[in-house]
Amino acid sequence: MGKLPPYATLGERIWHYAFYVICALIFFFLIFPIVVIIPLSFNALPYFTFTPEMLRLDPAGYSLEHYRDFFTNSDWQKAMWNSIRIAPMATLISVSLGTLAAIGLSQSHVPFRGPIMAVLISPMIVPLIISAAGMYFFYSRLGLQGSYWGVVLAHAVLGIPFVIITVTATLVGFDRSLTRAAASMGAGPVRTFFRVQMPLIMPGVISGALFAFITSFDEVVVVLFVGSAGQKTLPWQMFIGLRENISPTILALATILVTLSILLLTTLELLRRRSERLRGLSPQ
Amino acid sequence: MSDQTNSGPVVAADGRPLKQSLQRALRREKLRALMLIAPLLIFVLITFIAPIGDMLFRSVENRIVSETLPRTVIALEDWEYESGEIPGEPVFAALAEDLREAVKAKTHTRLGTRLNYELTGMSSLFRQVGRKIRRMDPEQPWREQFLKVNKKWGDPEVWGVIQTYSSPITAGYFLNAVDLRLTPRGVEQRPESERIYLMLFQRTILLSALITFMTFLLGYPIAYLLSNLRMKTANILMILVLLPFWTSLLVRTSAWKVLLQQQGVVNDVLVWAGIIADDQRLELINNATGTVIAMTHILLPFMILPLYSVMKTIPPSYVRAAKSLGATPFTAFRRVYFPQSIPGIGAGAILVFILAIGYYITPALVGGRSGTFISNRIAYHISVSLNWGLGAALGALLLVLVLALYALYDKIVGIDNVKLG
Repeated sequence: MGKLPPYATLGERIWHYAFYVICALIFFFLIFPIVVIIPLSFNALPYFTFTPEMLRLDPAGYSLEHYRDFFTNSDWQKAMWNSIRIAPMATLISVSLGTLAAIGLSQSHVPFRGPIMAVLISPMIVPLIISAAGMYFFYSRLGLQGSYWGVVLAHAVLGIPFVIITVTATLVGFDRSLTRAAASMGAGPVRTFFRVQMPLIMPGVISGALFAFITSFDEVVVVLFVGSAGQKTLPWQMFIGLRENISPTILALATILVTLSILLLTTLELLRRRSERLRGLSPQ
Repeated sequence: MSDQTNSGPVVAADGRPLKQSLQRALRREKLRALMLIAPLLIFVLITFIAPIGDMLFRSVENRIVSETLPRTVIALEDWEYESGEIPGEPVFAALAEDLREAVKAKTHTRLGTRLNYELTGMSSLFRQVGRKIRRMDPEQPWREQFLKVNKKWGDPEVWGVIQTYSSPITAGYFLNAVDLRLTPRGVEQRPESERIYLMLFQRTILLSALITFMTFLLGYPIAYLLSNLRMKTANILMILVLLPFWTSLLVRTSAWKVLLQQQGVVNDVLVWAGIIADDQRLELINNATGTVIAMTHILLPFMILPLYSVMKTIPPSYVRAAKSLGATPFTAFRRVYFPQSIPGIGAGAILVFILAIGYYITPALVGGRSGTFISNRIAYHISVSLNWGLGAALGALLLVLVLALYALYDKIVGIDNVKLG
């Protein structure tokens, strides 16, 4: 926005500050719902609003009760372990297949590049409910519906577009003469890949992996249809909790998840900087 | 050149013609690229494209009638609904034989359920006759025995429905999905009380458009601010946009559910500030208002990010030039800056709209009755009513809508330009 020039009229000055106020309000709208659940999750009473004790900052108004419930309740714990078992496996599949394909796609001569790209990106475009319905029908035929692997495969394919997009983005700036140099010095394709290409595209691979992980970890529609009670994940348990009798334990979990996303965001930002530095895009 | 005497083709080091050699290298390179892509492509085709195909197939598939009642379907071929008469004894005999087998295989109830979607009462009709079929006397005329079980077998409408839906492929589900129905007399509108899908589609599109507009209204100033601040400040403020983007969808939905309750924080603050009376707390949730508020918040980053990336490329000198030529700040914005930001608006709006019309979770949790979308109905048909064909047909229509919008997005932005984070 810059500073106001000294010759600005009164109207311009008013608008200038009004604009800041408007933006502040919008930022408030963006961030408030996420921030407000953090103090509410420490509420000593099972209410969803600030009690007078909390407003007085009386320690009696706060407690770790809801966190204790989350870590001792068997439903929540089972759901947590299911999520922990499903998401990394799905991520592993999407990242390994996705990275290979992204390298293939960034070659200079790829026949049918457009249609292939469209197919690979489609899991991100098709509304989740349609994917879920289709998978429910098809996986039932294959006997995968209601099984661990059914959910893992479904989540893996949902994460693929993110891996493809982030890895191809890093490969765009990839200097092909580096692989040629490695080859001219006698490195085989496999060695070139692991020693030259891999370290350079690593930031893209990791951020793709984070996207794939969060896609699976936060996914509820597909798991509702493809999974059965044995694959109940955290989002599924939250969904049930929100639809039926909402318990404050959800707020405790929400706070944990927000902390997790802050960590994730920080990691991604560091990766982005590293990637830019490695590729010499920004002077550091 | 005078010293170039050989007029033959240029050759590579191994003696082959260079053209051939290059072509071979190119072929090998193409093959290698395809080999790298193949595992993923096959994986996506099996785990994703095939399921979508399966769903599309189910939206027209209708083998159940001809499979459960094969003889009846053949016997009914000569019968004409227009005659106003019920079919003769041979058809009833065929039906009796089909039903005996169906009852043994326990498929008659499923058939009844299927036909009940088209004509109410078919389900109980088949259940009832299924219970009695074994006690019927094969020596006696079947027609009278069926009519004794239920008079409805004397209604040509019943036979018309069986005949109409005897083909293995039907457009019936799609017609149902747009509030029409296929009857023996042809395509008709459904009775007024059963027309809900066009209304749902309309609501989904209208609410999505409203949400898109809200995200534009709130996203534009933010993107403008971010793109005009110093890089360092912008990066810090960007965190406020990215944090919601990275926060679990269910966390954000539960936050709104907590905030917007009648005893929630928003109502509490309004009462405390004296804006509303304590006994007139606003109903902000479990209706369309709740859906719009929560989804605007959830989709806002998807509008801000594309807008920001376009606005950053707009050179500030243009606006300065316009001002120096005498334009007021407002005119300079309207005539010079805004037109240059339109590609960003287009990209953001289509993205938000595509995401909004397919949303399921948030409308299901905060939408109540008046704020649910077509996807909630699809889920209902697949997991509750078990009318899979209709669910699939509704899904197919939604898919067509999304793909058309996506083609538009691809034309404006390009798939390759999709950026994340």
